[in-house]
Amino acid sequence: MGAPVATSPAAPPPGGAPPQPRKAAVEGSATWRLTDRIGLAICWALGLLFCAIAVAIAVYLFLQGIKYLRPSMLVTPASAGFTQGESGGFSDALFGTMIVAVMGISIALPIGIGIAVWLVEYGRPAGLARVTESTIEAIAGIPSIVLALFGTVIFSSTALGFLSRTSDGVVFGRSFFAASVMLSLVALPLVVASTREGLNSIPRHVREASYAVGKTKAATTRRILIPASRPQIATGAMLGLGRIIGDTAIIVVLLGATQNFAPVEGAAFPFNYLRGAGTTLTNFVYEASPTGNLNQPQKAYAAAFVLLLMVLALNAAVDAVHRRARKVGAWSS
Amino acid sequence: MELISDVSELRGGMDPGNSDTPRLPPPVRRLPLEDVPAARQASPSAGGGAPAPGGFTGARRSIGAPQFSIRRMEIDDVSVSYSNREAVKSVSLPVRQGEVLSMIGPSGCGKTTLLRSLNRLTELTSTATLRGRILLDDVDITQIEPTLLRRRVTMVFQQPNPFPMSVFDNIAYVLREQGSRRQRKKTLEPKVHSALDRAGLFEEVKDNLDHPALKLSGGQQQRLCIARALAAEPEVLLLDEPCSALDPQSTQVIEDLIVKLRDDVAVVIVTHNLQQAYRIADHVAFMYLGELVEYNSATALFGSPREQRTQEYVSGAFG
Repeated sequence: MGAPVATSPAAPPPGGAPPQPRKAAVEGSATWRLTDRIGLAICWALGLLFCAIAVAIAVYLFLQGIKYLRPSMLVTPASAGFTQGESGGFSDALFGTMIVAVMGISIALPIGIGIAVWLVEYGRPAGLARVTESTIEAIAGIPSIVLALFGTVIFSSTALGFLSRTSDGVVFGRSFFAASVMLSLVALPLVVASTREGLNSIPRHVREASYAVGKTKAATTRRILIPASRPQIATGAMLGLGRIIGDTAIIVVLLGATQNFAPVEGAAFPFNYLRGAGTTLTNFVYEASPTGNLNQPQKAYAAAFVLLLMVLALNAAVDAVHRRARKVGAWSS
Repeated sequence: MELISDVSELRGGMDPGNSDTPRLPPPVRRLPLEDVPAARQASPSAGGGAPAPGGFTGARRSIGAPQFSIRRMEIDDVSVSYSNREAVKSVSLPVRQGEVLSMIGPSGCGKTTLLRSLNRLTELTSTATLRGRILLDDVDITQIEPTLLRRRVTMVFQQPNPFPMSVFDNIAYVLREQGSRRQRKKTLEPKVHSALDRAGLFEEVKDNLDHPALKLSGGQQQRLCIARALAAEPEVLLLDEPCSALDPQSTQVIEDLIVKLRDDVAVVIVTHNLQQAYRIADHVAFMYLGELVEYNSATALFGSPREQRTQEYVSGAFG
């Protein structure tokens, strides 16, 4: 803009030079105003800073992890001992993380997809849909320690005694069931949000194309819309899993302050474990850190490293899902 | 916009008033481009060449006289409104098998709305209300179950929209009962092949029916959508500007296909492209601001329109 405008199409050729390749037309910031250039520089710097922080965390934990992690830690449960050599590993915590991850996401995924389908495809009654939307946003904003407290109220009730340890009619209220249910609430908003995003990204005419060959809304949703939004649903599930395995507050409050599995006697496998208390890697890291009861920071680093690897694996999985989705292709508009 | 370019092409050939007084185009304002020699900037040739007089003499009719024509649908005094805005105003039209019916008109004239009301797709818009009657083989379509009606009257859309699955599954989806996957691949194979064949796509895709449909070219995707619409064994095929997103070669292929299909199904095509309507339609309905201005055979409507507005539209005076 602001360049002089020639009214005649016959501008003299500049010096008879041969036409340059198009590279010359790439816009450089040299012509920009100073403020714009400063703005761009700040954006660059912030981006680099963020990368540097992420790399620093990863590298530091990686080095510490390599230094302190021993394969035996992954298979030995924690035990009481006076030195770090005697106190075992964190296999119970590792399995605990896997259990809450699987249980939490298998509750959150179907419910989240269901809610998202209802909101996007039906959305009626409109008032109820709006209320649901803001409820889910509210859940996303609630600190997980508050969810945990609320969970103790629910799962200590007599009616839900079958989900945790009971003795003489007193419901303990802390179990893998209790923790997984509340952790699924942490993952739910992410699943709902990304499923909605996926459904919304499908053009309206694709739905209509399905209706226009006589398919019902239910058939369209099941066979076209949900499969088409699979990449986004997977992303939501991965993000949700990341939140679940990263949560500490709910684990501390609702899974019991143990460092080992505490199965309920007399219950059938696997319910004896699922009804009992336990721990996860986050809880182990918290307890093993210098502020915790175990105070064995080297093992805290080792466990944190394992946790980091799990999260990185989830990120890689999200990437893989999206790469696969690109192979399937997308609509032009 | 596509429409404008079409009409301006038309104007060069249609406007008899300008044919003997060549007018210089207005001066073109240009930004001086660095490193681009002036010779490479297209300069408008003064006068633009002698426009050919006469109407659509340049355009080629690729459709012959119909062998037969059977009345299948009857649009009887239909009005459609969205909230308070009336998009279609009491239109009456016949739809016949053995013929191609084309609806033309400028944007927002209600032609797509009318098309969508033929298989009750307008009902998906909650604000839309329809008055009047639409008959399919003398049965009011409101008496027919919508999913059943939409298998008898299928539709192809402006944007190619194959489902995100393989070429085979796109067709098989239509053949299967609602959401089920019950019928085996083997039993569906002949029907899938014949649908692809009728849409002229089978030869191109027969070797990899498992190819993801969204990776086909735009023209192939649109023919897949036509195959999908044909797989339901419809009696009426609705096409909503099926070529507007395609290149000229794909358009040609699809036009040839439409001409071939008219004996099996009644074809209704909405188009922005007047030449296209002239090339492939037996009857043309010209709509303007929701009203049906003129309904006539293509040669009559383009050659000697009865209405002043039709004359003006086909000669490019507005639109």
